[in-house]
Amino acid sequence: MADLSPSLTANPHPDMWISPVAGLIHVRTGKVELGQGVLTALAQIVADGLRVRIERVRMIAASTDGSPDEGYTAGSLSIQHSGAALRAVAAAWHAGLMGAAGLAFGVDAPRVEDGTVTAPDGRTMTYWDLPPAAVPTVGTALPAASGVVGTSVGRLDIPGRVFGTRRYIQDLRLPGQLFGRVVRPPSRGARLLNVDETRVRAVPGVVEVVRDGDFIGLVAEREDVAMQAVDLLAAGCTWKQEPSLPDQHELADYLRTAPAERTVLVDQGRSADVRPSVVASFSRPYLAHASIGTACAIAEWQAGRLRVWSHSQGVYQLRAELARWFDVEPSRVTVTHVEGAGCYGHNGADDAAGDAALLAAAVPGRPVHLVWSRQDELGWAPFGPAMAVTVRVTVDDAGLPVHWAQEIWSNGHSGRPSSAGNPPLLAAIHQAGDADSIPSTEPPLNRGGGSARNAVPGYRVPNLQVVSNRLATMPLRTSALRSLGAHLNVYAIEAVMDQLAADAGVDPVAYRLDLLDDPRGRAVIEAAASAANWGSRSSSSEEAGRGFGYARYKNSSAYCAVVADVEVTSRVVVTRLTLAVDVGLTVNPDGVRNQIEGGAIQALSWTTTEQVRFDAHDVTSRTWEGYPIVAFPDVPPIETVIVDRPDLPSLGAGEASLGPTAAAIGNAVRDALGAQIHDLPLTAENLMRSL
Amino acid sequence: MPDTFSLRINGVAHQVDCEPATPLLYVLRNDLGLTAAKFGCGLGLCGACNVLLDGHPVHSCDTPVWSVVDKDITTLEGLGDEANPHPMQSAFIAEQALQCGYCTAGMIVTAAALVDRTPDITDADVRTELAGNLCRCGVHNRIVRAVLSVAAESTAR
Repeated sequence: MADLSPSLTANPHPDMWISPVAGLIHVRTGKVELGQGVLTALAQIVADGLRVRIERVRMIAASTDGSPDEGYTAGSLSIQHSGAALRAVAAAWHAGLMGAAGLAFGVDAPRVEDGTVTAPDGRTMTYWDLPPAAVPTVGTALPAASGVVGTSVGRLDIPGRVFGTRRYIQDLRLPGQLFGRVVRPPSRGARLLNVDETRVRAVPGVVEVVRDGDFIGLVAEREDVAMQAVDLLAAGCTWKQEPSLPDQHELADYLRTAPAERTVLVDQGRSADVRPSVVASFSRPYLAHASIGTACAIAEWQAGRLRVWSHSQGVYQLRAELARWFDVEPSRVTVTHVEGAGCYGHNGADDAAGDAALLAAAVPGRPVHLVWSRQDELGWAPFGPAMAVTVRVTVDDAGLPVHWAQEIWSNGHSGRPSSAGNPPLLAAIHQAGDADSIPSTEPPLNRGGGSARNAVPGYRVPNLQVVSNRLATMPLRTSALRSLGAHLNVYAIEAVMDQLAADAGVDPVAYRLDLLDDPRGRAVIEAAASAANWGSRSSSSEEAGRGFGYARYKNSSAYCAVVADVEVTSRVVVTRLTLAVDVGLTVNPDGVRNQIEGGAIQALSWTTTEQVRFDAHDVTSRTWEGYPIVAFPDVPPIETVIVDRPDLPSLGAGEASLGPTAAAIGNAVRDALGAQIHDLPLTAENLMRSL
Repeated sequence: MPDTFSLRINGVAHQVDCEPATPLLYVLRNDLGLTAAKFGCGLGLCGACNVLLDGHPVHSCDTPVWSVVDKDITTLEGLGDEANPHPMQSAFIAEQALQCGYCTAGMIVTAAALVDRTPDITDADVRTELAGNLCRCGVHNRIVRAVLSVAAESTAR
């Protein structure tokens, strides 16, 4: 019998989650749609458990005025937590209807069909006339799936997006709404000395200019007016600026030498040898979320109450942060989720909500709609931290690792609002003129870790040490970006595994299988190798290479193995990706494929192309020309094999493929060039450095 | 100074009062309630704001309203709706060719114009032609499949 989902322990009442309303089933979840399709998967779970058609299910957007508090929509936990909760609650409703109908109609085990039980004499009983008292306490006994779970139901939200009728937060227009824009400082830590507001206030349609410390913005009747006026406002600002950022070209050295808090996370078996067989160091740059839409929010103050519409990943956490900052009771703040553009981690959504709330305070009774510019999105949203990793391995006579030490240097991967000790919202930082912002923190390793995520190899290693160095200062604001530290840790581990295999004269896949006991891990490795025809070289060209990558996400979630084929000419071109994945019981196979393939393409882009660029003052990669992401011509054919485990709990699919894809590409480049590439991205410049 | 502009959008005549330099995107989204086209970068580099001008895709974020008078403007909303979908819209649903859908309006209008112009198109052509439309969720291959399926249908006819 499975344990209750933590979501359910925190929110135990079944009618908080599922309410039958006028022939429909209203479902409240604390998890939010980020473009990953989670609301459809959760609707499938409810429809399956209740035995109703999915067309009857309505997913209600998360809001602090009544949704269960399930924390952040993050860490690939929505299906594990919210899905498990809804499955259990649906089972309770189903048992309640069966029990009540059985009693009333004098039959054993009546059948529920599309929410209705029909008696032999034609009488009916439905969810919609079932008294709530008939619904038993939620237990852990779950009926078998009834056929909706496990099928590729089309996503419920896709038609609205394809016909342009589904409203994104950027599209929301409330009565009396004004448009806000913010002037960001021209460099990190710049202080606002003086503002000439006269020309801006003279622009017809400008309603208010708001200055609070180093925070400065305006509110206008029309969006196009706000955009023109904000340029005038920026031109009227005088700032004091000083260089504050490290040398981008020596970033890995900076990370390894900056003041840091050193933590031994794992220390198992005997300590490291003085002379390890292999020492290899790796790095990645800061990465941007680079969503196609920019951060956006709406806020309205009325009679001391604040209403906020946001694409935040955690409506309750944002509420708590806003209440703390504005010093009001949380009950006087309502945060409602409205879908935004694709979300891949802690982006600027919460910050935009802070901007809108601060601007709206100047115009009570009027909602303020605020959108970030592309330049601010790529320059001021939190970044995925730059990281450095060193691996030291000692092998035995057979070439198998007996000691593995992994040390990591990074800023914290958690800068989310209202987590204890985390940095405040961007507007609050600027309001306080606080150049030395509190550095971001790290989630504990037992919750997946931050920079140490997947730093523990999934392979059999008798002696193991993992050490993290969290930087004590934060030159650029960092927070969670999809897969967190797993991107570089898996890249590093799998690069070293390939080197160990080569040193031992063993095929890389065979070497991994030799060191892996988990049958589920072995199955995805074998599935990927088989689908890609591992071992048979289809291309004989000298530029071609082929590489393998494998990891179990967070060492506790979905399994993924990847074969990458590349050609290395003047640059790295990925020609094919073959993936195998095990997410336990697959709720929606096409949804899983979409997440796994999307993650692979994003990892391809990070690994081959992306890096945040900056000079001593500020981020300089602020347009799509300065921060390119892979586009259609560079996206290779991708094949995904799902190793379905219908008898095992479902695991999240959103982040599983990123680390293994990066690793497979790196190992394919090594195969083509005969040398390991230590610094990401795999640009010509970094290739030359490693050769 | 603000002026009055007569625009023909999705076959319907509209009059709007705004500055001549106002980008078409803001007129569509704020004055006419046509919110399918999205702001992505404001520099014509991502394609999220694409609409059709006399059948050709343009970036509405850097197209001033004065320049589109007397042209036929088509947005995603004008291409089709749930009752009467454009084949490209049906193909995007069939292939589930999106995740967040923020780039979708620009993708669909650009792809529809492409297949209209060159129905006999290859996988590589589609990738080249859509190179200016960015997607961050990674649904590129699904979009290519959707476009090729519409192209195949239209050449079969």
